[in-house]
Amino acid sequence: MLKALWAGKTGPVLIVCAMLTVIWYGAAIFLNGDLQRDAFANAGKTDYTLAELIDGTWSQERPKLPTPGQILVELNKTVIDTAPTSKRSLVYHGSVTLSATLLGFLIGSALGMVLAILVVHVKSLDKSLMPWIVASQTVPIVALAPMIIVIMNQFDVTGLVPKAVIAAYLSFFPVTVGMVKGLRSPDPLQLDLMRTYSASRVQTFLKLRVPSAVPFLFASLRVAVAASLVGTVVAELTKSEDGGFGARLLAGSYYGQTIQIWAALMAAAACAWILVTLVGVADRMVSKAMGAR
Amino acid sequence: MLASPANVIDINDLSLTFETGDGPVHALSHVSLSIEKGDFVSLIGPSGCGKTTLLRVIADLEQPTGGRIAINGHTPHEARMRRAYGYVFQAPALYPWRTIGKNIALPLEIMGYSKDERAERVRKGLDLVNLTGFENKFPWQLSGGMQQRASIARALSFDPELLLMDEPFGALDEIVRDKLNEQLLRLWEMTQKTVVFVTHSIPEAVFLSTKIVVMSPRPGKIHDIITCDFPRDRTLDIRETPEFLEVANRVRHGLREGHSYVD
Repeated sequence: MLKALWAGKTGPVLIVCAMLTVIWYGAAIFLNGDLQRDAFANAGKTDYTLAELIDGTWSQERPKLPTPGQILVELNKTVIDTAPTSKRSLVYHGSVTLSATLLGFLIGSALGMVLAILVVHVKSLDKSLMPWIVASQTVPIVALAPMIIVIMNQFDVTGLVPKAVIAAYLSFFPVTVGMVKGLRSPDPLQLDLMRTYSASRVQTFLKLRVPSAVPFLFASLRVAVAASLVGTVVAELTKSEDGGFGARLLAGSYYGQTIQIWAALMAAAACAWILVTLVGVADRMVSKAMGAR
Repeated sequence: MLASPANVIDINDLSLTFETGDGPVHALSHVSLSIEKGDFVSLIGPSGCGKTTLLRVIADLEQPTGGRIAINGHTPHEARMRRAYGYVFQAPALYPWRTIGKNIALPLEIMGYSKDERAERVRKGLDLVNLTGFENKFPWQLSGGMQQRASIARALSFDPELLLMDEPFGALDEIVRDKLNEQLLRLWEMTQKTVVFVTHSIPEAVFLSTKIVVMSPRPGKIHDIITCDFPRDRTLDIRETPEFLEVANRVRHGLREGHSYVD
């Protein structure tokens, strides 16, 4: 049974997790040690044992580095024990973040595909548009997000949409780059074949370029969906009144609630993992229908 | 044009020069050739002799820089627009995301055939190249020879009068190649198509053709045209006959003469 565990993926993954946990607890002792010694000193306690010190570093209310156990307790409290309608529930904040993420992902992917089609089919746009698309990603989103929200607010666009726009700003780029590469991937022979049928540009596009681009598109969509979540969280740091993981992070850092910050981070990471996995599942289903072995 | 009505292809003093960084390359130089309806014409020669280029000019995939060419009295461009020919490439060039049946239906979809008509023609095409039962397989599930047969069925699916084949069996082993040559001959006999076939195999050219065009390189030109009048229902056995060997020898000599000044 142990052998079977080791032969598969589970064994190695579990070992790595165990090692990370050990390192983490060690780091918690190291990082929280000073705080704990101060705490003991303030309480006038001088005869503490090493075991007490270590136990203390693992159970502070506002540690520099919370332990995985503390984070799990916090997650358990805010995900399962708190009603999802409460503003203290991570399920509530997760749903706020996810709705903006998904809307942004849809807008970004659609925009990314349209731009790719334009760049591939209009020669002048390849030269004129592509540098701007690349330049757009060199501006730090943290700097841009507040401006987008303020400007959109000026036009009475509030709520979900401004956050989704910021998510889309990050997610359209990988889609454009991947799609451009994909739409240009047919080899000369495949293109010649279309010419011998005197196929129109539209037919060549639909029957050759689009199917050729699908594997590239899915690789891009995986990156895009994760980028979309990052964009939404950044937007929520600016626009925190609606809640969301970003708002939770902001509140946590404002009040020094490190455990709350880490719990929100973990929950966001889990959401990103689920989204990327879902895109992966869609990828596998589509490529199976398209004859991948 | 001077085209005689019996000729499917009329080529007159055709030249094609590619301008490259290292100066002009004369891919075709003063080539004249007529191909009659129902002919099986092989273009044979060493690499660089322009045989594939000539085929691509006929298909309107390359533009000649001089001379005239007519296909059924039309320019190659008009002929392409009228879907006058089916083209078989060196590689099968099947689209990997389409099943064999869907690959054969590709030209039919582009040319706007109805769904029922497509199904019927795909069925006939699969039958023609002995691939019945493989309709729903994807290309990677088939051997190289079967893939190339599927690509022939695809080229014939819309029933063009002219079949252009660019070393279609070049990548296959000799046993498969012999078998496909025999099948191709049956197919040609059955369908009465005009075939232009590029190859660099002498036995293949002699076995298949009614006319063998021997070409030589630098500049690409026609060295000799050899008529080959074996009966249409020939089998692979004729390769042992003296007549076959005589024609093969003439082709071999032609190729050697065409090549001699190079080295």
